Amino acid sequence: MSKSQIKKAPVLYGTLPKALTGITGLDEITEGGLPLGRPTLICGEAGCGKTLMSLEFIVRGAVQYNEPGVFVAFEEKSDELAMNVASLGFDLKKLQEQKKLKIDHVHIDRSEIEETGEYDLEGLFIRLGYAIDSIGAKRVVLDTLENLFSGLNNQAVLRMELRRLFGWLKEKGVTAIITGERGEGNSLTRQGLEEYVSDCVILLDNRVVNQITTRRLRVIKYRGTVHGTNEYPFLIDEDGISVLPVTSLKMANTVSTERVSTGVKGLDDMLGGLGLYRGGSVLVSGTAGTGKTSLAASFANESCNRKEKCVYFAMEESPSQIIRNMRSIGIDLQKHIDKGLLIFNASRPNLYGLEMHLVAMHKCIRKYKPSVVVIDPITNFINIGSVSEVKNMLVRMIDFLQEEGISVMFTALSLNTVVSEQTDEGVSSLVDAWILVRDIEFNGERNRGLYVMKSRGMKHSNQVREFVITNTGLNLIDVYLGPDGILTGSAREQQVLLEQTGEAIRSNALNRKDREIIRKRTVLEAKIASLHTEFESVEEELNKVYLEEELKKHILDKNRAEVTRLRRGETAEKPKTSNKK
Amino acid sequence: MAEDGVFDIYDKDTGAEPYVLRLFITGASPNSIRAVENTKAICEEYLKGRYQLEIIDIHQQPQLAEGEDVIAVPLMIKKSPYPERRMIGDMSDTERVLKGLGLTNNS
Repeated sequence: MSKSQIKKAPVLYGTLPKALTGITGLDEITEGGLPLGRPTLICGEAGCGKTLMSLEFIVRGAVQYNEPGVFVAFEEKSDELAMNVASLGFDLKKLQEQKKLKIDHVHIDRSEIEETGEYDLEGLFIRLGYAIDSIGAKRVVLDTLENLFSGLNNQAVLRMELRRLFGWLKEKGVTAIITGERGEGNSLTRQGLEEYVSDCVILLDNRVVNQITTRRLRVIKYRGTVHGTNEYPFLIDEDGISVLPVTSLKMANTVSTERVSTGVKGLDDMLGGLGLYRGGSVLVSGTAGTGKTSLAASFANESCNRKEKCVYFAMEESPSQIIRNMRSIGIDLQKHIDKGLLIFNASRPNLYGLEMHLVAMHKCIRKYKPSVVVIDPITNFINIGSVSEVKNMLVRMIDFLQEEGISVMFTALSLNTVVSEQTDEGVSSLVDAWILVRDIEFNGERNRGLYVMKSRGMKHSNQVREFVITNTGLNLIDVYLGPDGILTGSAREQQVLLEQTGEAIRSNALNRKDREIIRKRTVLEAKIASLHTEFESVEEELNKVYLEEELKKHILDKNRAEVTRLRRGETAEKPKTSNKK
Repeated sequence: MAEDGVFDIYDKDTGAEPYVLRLFITGASPNSIRAVENTKAICEEYLKGRYQLEIIDIHQQPQLAEGEDVIAVPLMIKKSPYPERRMIGDMSDTERVLKGLGLTNNS
């Protein structure tokens, strides 16, 4: 991370050269680290991490930036220091052997000292100068100068000498950190001196809210440069100090148009048929027992089926419990865990403060690089912080995930008393899509109704679907909209049965009518046939009369001709005819 | 005269242990010069023949500064007799120097 930044720093002409601290997040807030070759004051109350921060500055300088450092400890002995930071993976002994680090313990005991006249602190200067020169140090920490004041009486000399010390450090060109304990009232240091002579002042603070401690950091002054002015939470864990800039204010994340399935066919259909945008955030809220976890597990399962990694932050149930419960609806999460596609990260919200959670999630996500993250549920965070703090944290979480292009699903429990338009975490405005699962109580039973409250940038259904959890997974069914309103569950089933019955009856009636018609037709056709026959016989009869008439006429004509011929005395030509007659 | 008595008692208890003194100074600064002068005067007056004074310029030997935990200078360390004591300043306050040296018991 840092090498590019090192090279980048001098390119900015005219700006103050800075020394990277290597402390996660601090370099971002200070836009490049502490003022190079100048003294910085880190002040704060006891136990807020002054010594650790300054020591980390030295160690990271020595290890990452090849800048050896001198640590002048007025409070702790070298061994004690080494032991205190060994848990952070800092091997001070080794660094000292490599001449990258020098720890100089300065011990001042008032009871051993007799002041016998005028003196100055030249000894400290010489000592420091010698230490700096012996390893070519670029960084110096003085922790804590106040001890000088408690050990020596002559305040005037001390104040003068401290002023000289700051000037001397600048002259030496070392980047220095001076730690100071917070003074009475609002003053930053006990002596009220260091903050004026330092070029940069960082205030550390340790606040307990609802029995949970949050450490915060603020850059009070930084001469000659812009810097983040807010209070930034930071925490100390096994990797040292991590400061979290609240949000990247740029909002310049690239977004994907790729869609990912939610794992529930019906829900995908509601979301324009394709599911959610990759890298988007979706909130599933609902009352207790509405299947939020099932939806989340289904989403996780689907991503694992696509061979994509998923990290599941379980805040309420243990992983094994989730696995068991999901098996009952036909989702086998264990096989994904075995393949390393699904990572469970279970912790109680009350375990530590919001910041710690955020950082723990950050670290976990950075470690596994998933493409899908599930946080189930976010509701309990409210126990450990105010609404605005939780919201703030989730903003940063979403921001971070978007930057990484990771899709995230939150689940949130909404109470019945809360208006459905507002979840108690107030995150509904932050997310890209909001799915609400709601109990619909009707007809003596409760059923789940699923709504898509919002879904940015896609066509989505405005309909209520019935959300059914079966042995084989989740399903969405169109609710029945009848004259009695929306019907779900058994009422819907009943309605469906009723309709089926009606259908059967109707079709039966139809069949009967059909048969009747056929019969009628048969009858009519038979009638037609008989009439036809009748007509034929009548026709034949008529034809017969006609033929006879013809014949009669013919014979008559013939006879008349015969008679005429006979009258003329001619003999008959055709006796046959006369015979017939 | 009283001092002699003190020394006698002291000698019996400690087996005539000499005073081992180290004076850390920084070059030729006014404080350093005064400190050297004052120390020498005090030693000559109160510890004549029974002290060993080493004057160290930490500008010349900065590595010694760390070993002896030098912060404020001029600094005089009474190495022996036990207990070890430290005195800072130009040694102009003789009372305090003597107190530091453990010589004020009866005076």
